[in-house]
Amino acid sequence: MTRTKAKTQRLVLLSLAVGAVLVAIFLGMSAMSSQAALFYAPGDVQKMGLPLDRAVRIGGMVKTGSLERLPDGVTIRFIVHDDTASTIPVRFTGIVPNLFREGSGMVAEGRFEPDGTFVASEILAKHDENYMPPQLAGQNMHKSDSLE
Amino acid sequence: MIAEAGLAALWFAAALSLLQMGLGWAAVRPGNDNLLRLVRPLAVAQGILAAVSFLALIWLFLETDLSVKLVVANSHSDKPWLYKFAGAWGNHEGSMLLWVTVLAVAGGAVALLERKLRKDTLIGTLAAQATISLGFYAFLLFASNPFERSPVIPLDGQGLNPLLQDPGLAFHPPTLYFGYVGISVAFSFAVGALVTRDVGRDFALAMRPWVLGAWIFLTLGITAGSYWAYYELGWGGWWFWDPVENASLMPWLAATALLHSVTVLATRDALRAWTVMLAVVAFSMSMIGTFLVRSGILTSVHAFAVDPERGFFILILLCVYIGGALALFALRIATVKEGAAFRIVSREGALVLNNLLLTIILCLVMLGTLYPLLTEAFGTKISVGPPWFNIVSAPFALLLVVFMGMGPLLKWRKDDGNTLLKRVAGPLLLGGATALLIAIVAPDVHLLPMLGLSVAVPVGLMSLMPLLGRNLRRTPLITWGMVAAHFGIAMSLAGMASESAFSKEVLVSARPGQVSEIGPFTVRFDGAEPVAGQNWTAIAGRLTVRRGEGEEFVMLPEARMFSDPVTATSEAAIETHWDGQLYTVIGEPDGQGGWQLRLWWKPAVTLIWFGGSLVALGGLIALIGRVLRRRSARRGKAAADPEVAPGREALA
Repeated sequence: MTRTKAKTQRLVLLSLAVGAVLVAIFLGMSAMSSQAALFYAPGDVQKMGLPLDRAVRIGGMVKTGSLERLPDGVTIRFIVHDDTASTIPVRFTGIVPNLFREGSGMVAEGRFEPDGTFVASEILAKHDENYMPPQLAGQNMHKSDSLE
Repeated sequence: MIAEAGLAALWFAAALSLLQMGLGWAAVRPGNDNLLRLVRPLAVAQGILAAVSFLALIWLFLETDLSVKLVVANSHSDKPWLYKFAGAWGNHEGSMLLWVTVLAVAGGAVALLERKLRKDTLIGTLAAQATISLGFYAFLLFASNPFERSPVIPLDGQGLNPLLQDPGLAFHPPTLYFGYVGISVAFSFAVGALVTRDVGRDFALAMRPWVLGAWIFLTLGITAGSYWAYYELGWGGWWFWDPVENASLMPWLAATALLHSVTVLATRDALRAWTVMLAVVAFSMSMIGTFLVRSGILTSVHAFAVDPERGFFILILLCVYIGGALALFALRIATVKEGAAFRIVSREGALVLNNLLLTIILCLVMLGTLYPLLTEAFGTKISVGPPWFNIVSAPFALLLVVFMGMGPLLKWRKDDGNTLLKRVAGPLLLGGATALLIAIVAPDVHLLPMLGLSVAVPVGLMSLMPLLGRNLRRTPLITWGMVAAHFGIAMSLAGMASESAFSKEVLVSARPGQVSEIGPFTVRFDGAEPVAGQNWTAIAGRLTVRRGEGEEFVMLPEARMFSDPVTATSEAAIETHWDGQLYTVIGEPDGQGGWQLRLWWKPAVTLIWFGGSLVALGGLIALIGRVLRRRSARRGKAAADPEVAPGREALA
């Protein structure tokens, strides 16, 4: 009697656990399409068009000589390029990470404006001078040089 | 000489672990304990040798022995001694040596201290331990030898990443490794018990202190890591859902579930197969954690090895161990008898719910962490960041916290839902009132932080309720531990919710003399001045801060430039008040005489880490209580085993 009861209970627990995992995966995947940020390199924008409806990430190299500071003192503008001919103009208000500089790689999160400007909400910091955004690896770009 | 001695000790340890594994597996059969006399000393000797090897590496780093490659690449003679010391594991090879050393020492401790477990099961446990450590010895010896000599002796070392030059580093990785390794010990117990068909209360009692210990270290490691990221990175955030953070969170979630299910098994002999399964899952999570961090598949401050060969090696280890564990589980689980049955409304039922919710959260975190790697394999690059993690995990986490408050108020075996509702009606009403108050006073607050606060307040109360109506002096330590840990979770949640609901932020380009307002503070920028430390120079912004009509004080956020290697970091200046922190960062000059300043006022943010520490402290109290109880039970043979007495005695 108790044995069968324990057996039933084990079965119920097992199905609960499997059900829980399935529900989690289902919910997670359905939220993925609206919440995950696609990654765009400058070349991709040309190919795939501007994603205006959602936050995305972009990555590439900061074009040398393109970095300028707006009069408010806290907003910067620069151009991101990759090994294609396309570029993305970027605007960012805030303090850039320590290793952010012209000629080095960067990844930013934010939204595109209809005119093609990318308004970055966050410039992803690089932890050290050997850092290369994973998405940029294999694009045949140089790592940012250290100051040595 | 020292390097060779260290390497030799490592080889010997590996050989002993091979022997321990071979003998162990050859001897392990239900009811057979012939070879325990041999396996036990082997495990102890292996632990000692691994420790010798690790001490040799520390010696080399303290001496800055430049004939060793690893020292050259990661140290410098000018570094403060603490970072020479911590630098020993602030790199790939050293950290793997630390991993295996902790594993071997833990194995030795099991061999030495475990007396209650059936002897055949202990042999199986030690054999499983040796199998795990052998893989890591092989990895060290063949793919990441920490003692390799360098062909040319340079004038000085290349130094340590300045971000890692922080007291936090000295204990953050070891803490997490203790946690990972403790889980692997728990897993070894599960393997031993599976092999000798010993899955039951005794096994659970032997495994529990290790699970609890591992869980304490993981909690501490995550809390410390979060605070380290908060003050060291200078972005004002305390959790980024970075894959590396997730790699430590996943084992913690699994260990939390295991900690609660092993209690059910030890107390009521229920949830046998489930507990073994959780041990396998928790171990897999700590292996995946190690893999994610060490393989270089993620690029960050934590990923030292960017060598694909090493990543491949760890991936193979991962597959062998997890695959082997799952295969053994599948083969042997039919031999595990069903445990005791129970009603849904009972302590067991609440703990099952806890396990289910933790499992869901664990699956979600894993999905979010691994999904980008998967899609990248198919050519789509996406990033899954905080928006996704917050939205999918928060509802389950909030539910979990609510049930965490209620669970301990239920009796074992069966209880009455109405009685419970009556007991928690007060706190629940208070939660509703909190929500209403926030909606009226601060209507701009987002839904999740509001829910967080409305859950944290009543659950904080509920978690204290197990102490109601009892003689506090006679309340067992274990109960105190549980209450502290649960209260800590509520506290931490309150900190998180309050930080995200009420933080204020100001970004200005300030000229000397300029005054900014942030929250209750006025901040005057008095200019930037140069400062210098042992291996860095910096520009410090002088901020004179005043809260309301209170005393003025000075804050000096710095932009530091380290030598060896040359790297810039920003050092936030943080002023802690009882009700929150003022967090200031200095950026770059704006080219017109001003400096970028970023100021945050974060109310109640410190509760996050106080809460986390309280959780760990609760674990420690419970662990002490368990050890004392086991000892007194062994000595005095207490009339009735308090573990089986139903009701509120057997808590936590």
